[in-house]
Amino acid sequence: MGTSVLTVDHLGIATKAGHKVLDDVSLQVRRGEVLALIGASGSGKTTLALAALGHMRPGLEHVGGSVNLNGVDVLKAPHPVLNRLRGRIGAYIAQSAAAAFNPRIRLGDQVVESALLHHSQKSAEARARAREVFRYLSLPSPDRIGSRFPYQVSGGQLQRFMIAMGMQEEPLLMVCDEPTSALDVTTQVEVMRLLKRAIRDNNTAALFVSHDLAVVAQIATRIAVMRAGRIVEVGETDQVVNAPREEYTRELIAACTHLSLASLANRPSRLLTAPATALSVQSIVAGYGNVRGGKPQITTLHGVDLEVGKGEIVAVIGESGSGKTTLARVIAGLHAPASGTVALEGEPLAGLDRERTDGQRRRVQLAVQMADTALNPKHRIRRILGRVLRFFHGLRGDAAEARMVDLLAMVSLPANYLERYPTQLSGGEKQRVNLARALAADPDVLICDEITSALDTIVAGQIIDLVKRLRDELGLAIIFISHDLATVASIADRVTVLRHGRVVEAGECTRVLSAPADPYTRLLVASVPELRRGWLEDAAATRKALEVELEMVRPTVAGWNEQAEMMP
Amino acid sequence: MTTASIQIRPSSTLVFSAALLVFVGVVALVSLVALPQDPFDFITDEPFMPPAAGIWLGSDYLGRDVLSRLMDGTRITLFMAMTATLLAHLIGDTLGLTAAIRGGILDAALSRIVDVLLSLPKIIVGLVVVAALGSSIWVIIGIAAVVYSAGVFRIARALGTDLKNMDYIMLARSRGEGTLWILFGEILPHVIRPLATDFALRASFAILFMSSLSFIGLGVQPPLADWGGMARENLGGLSTNPLAAIAPAIAIALVSIALNLLVDALDDDARH
Repeated sequence: MGTSVLTVDHLGIATKAGHKVLDDVSLQVRRGEVLALIGASGSGKTTLALAALGHMRPGLEHVGGSVNLNGVDVLKAPHPVLNRLRGRIGAYIAQSAAAAFNPRIRLGDQVVESALLHHSQKSAEARARAREVFRYLSLPSPDRIGSRFPYQVSGGQLQRFMIAMGMQEEPLLMVCDEPTSALDVTTQVEVMRLLKRAIRDNNTAALFVSHDLAVVAQIATRIAVMRAGRIVEVGETDQVVNAPREEYTRELIAACTHLSLASLANRPSRLLTAPATALSVQSIVAGYGNVRGGKPQITTLHGVDLEVGKGEIVAVIGESGSGKTTLARVIAGLHAPASGTVALEGEPLAGLDRERTDGQRRRVQLAVQMADTALNPKHRIRRILGRVLRFFHGLRGDAAEARMVDLLAMVSLPANYLERYPTQLSGGEKQRVNLARALAADPDVLICDEITSALDTIVAGQIIDLVKRLRDELGLAIIFISHDLATVASIADRVTVLRHGRVVEAGECTRVLSAPADPYTRLLVASVPELRRGWLEDAAATRKALEVELEMVRPTVAGWNEQAEMMP
Repeated sequence: MTTASIQIRPSSTLVFSAALLVFVGVVALVSLVALPQDPFDFITDEPFMPPAAGIWLGSDYLGRDVLSRLMDGTRITLFMAMTATLLAHLIGDTLGLTAAIRGGILDAALSRIVDVLLSLPKIIVGLVVVAALGSSIWVIIGIAAVVYSAGVFRIARALGTDLKNMDYIMLARSRGEGTLWILFGEILPHVIRPLATDFALRASFAILFMSSLSFIGLGVQPPLADWGGMARENLGGLSTNPLAAIAPAIAIALVSIALNLLVDALDDDARH
């Protein structure tokens, strides 16, 4: 291998209050090498990635060791020196491209901005270089696309602009912080493929931060596993994935395979003797804007059917914009459909929650993705659960207290959590409280809308097990909405696949995911990252073949006539 | 990287403004029990007598003790300003937050009414209402409360709009909770602090507004006098005993400044 581009030596970073965020971390990234940092949230991955470029978030301080980027001690270097390094020696690719671009400045101008600021390229030269990079990243009409604004391109394209920005000055080191985590699976494959090629062709070194081991396995030459601010294991990708030395690494790999399509094979088949229908949804049409001729101006659901039985988990899968969340809101009564019915044990429900009875509202409960916004941060858990018990069951005092302790036990939390505020809980714990609150109503139907999407793999796995247990112990009918097929594979009895507001395939989970009939389902299945080497290349090839079959056309954007260019 | 270390000690601005306001409040309370002189009694035949021993701020245009009248005026001014601001907040917060949560026609209607109120010059509204109803302490308080509730409504509505799309509000509504519970149970704990800040600022506006009304003779009627009224009635004596007009003016300025500084200091405090 080549010379070292980045050397981190016994680095320590702590909060001003003295809590250690990074503790004695040492690593090296050489030319042409991709080092992946993997670990749960809060393990210090991002702090380390930013420190590599000489940046520390406010509230943190450097307590020991050094970071050497191409011969410069970046944590001690003054600002002018860092400015000369940034962009040319080290570049940063952020997770959320949508938040990283200024929506009011044309993309081309933003991509060349740092090169012009650094006077490293002349204007014409910089723009020529940008066009070259756009072409390289397979952006459509590379000579003209730079004049678009960020909102005029798709999420996958925007992430590619982010990569283009990083490549503009041909840096020695690219720091990629979860560059594909915010993308749909099918889009992720393409962005990963391009990123991998860009790193290889330019002989760039990269520090690649991710919580997803399967993604990392496709792109990294070496993997460093982080936990609580320390590196627990470093090794070649094959070694870490196939023969991990540390217990924690094994746990991560187990969680990763637990939540994968492979888990379909060794899943005990549940005896399904056509359970009694708990909730049925028939030909729901819903959307936004004025309804004309039975169709809203913007229709997000075109006649969707769904049925869920007692003690059964039905998953609704689809990518962003497929109408999953609208469906959840229609069922919960938060969004009135233009037509179609939702029936609870055969009894039709009113479109809006206000027109439903207390009993009907109680029997259908919703748990949402962001536990942070689902729990009022100013209320103790006691009040959050207590209110529901009092509202639906009139429980107070000791009876309510006993029930609350029961509920917490049901979601595996200790009774003293009643005194806590949501901000004092971890992401997984918040999601448990979120579920406990839904259970407090004593529902028949539970809608889980992306409840594991914001969680780390290991924690998500635990929540999945909890949901399964609730189904078995309480006989709940569960509608599990997710974009993540790996999660769905490990939990669902039946699956409904949504695309652009239409059901493209529905059936038993094992059947649909192991032998998908619809080309779109096949594309989804092929896009789920797998731990094995070479999966990325296979997935990209499958995608090419299926795209032709699907003639993927994105929904029309007003005044946009180049639909084909909107493809991710 | 160097950033300022986190301060736990209250800033000197905060200490200064809070101390001044506490002092003014104490003066108002003391005026209820004891004053150096009777504020309505003529202690000397000489109008606008300069300060002397025992008559620390001299006498006013009728020969009454300026210090006693200033202390008495403190109570009247503070009572009127606080009551008006409190009422403005009761009206503005309740309607503003309700408009934010309920939306629709109610929101549209209230917002347009508020637009109209905000577009009217406050002093002119005061003139017209006083002309129609006559002047009394409660009329003045009522005018200030209504006029300032429009601004409070805007702020409360904006705060509520930010929160109403939070999932916990949506979940509470889907559970069937009423507007009142959502208002007081879910939303109020989040907005109490910014609203308290607005209260302080709004109170300083109210003092200025009511003093202005008194200054043009439409506010508190003689022999009672708030600070604005005192400044007006003693304007003629600027050459002989300037303190009689200037002392109440300084009091108005000091309390307004202190309230504004307090708001600034609390705001900085909240940002840390």
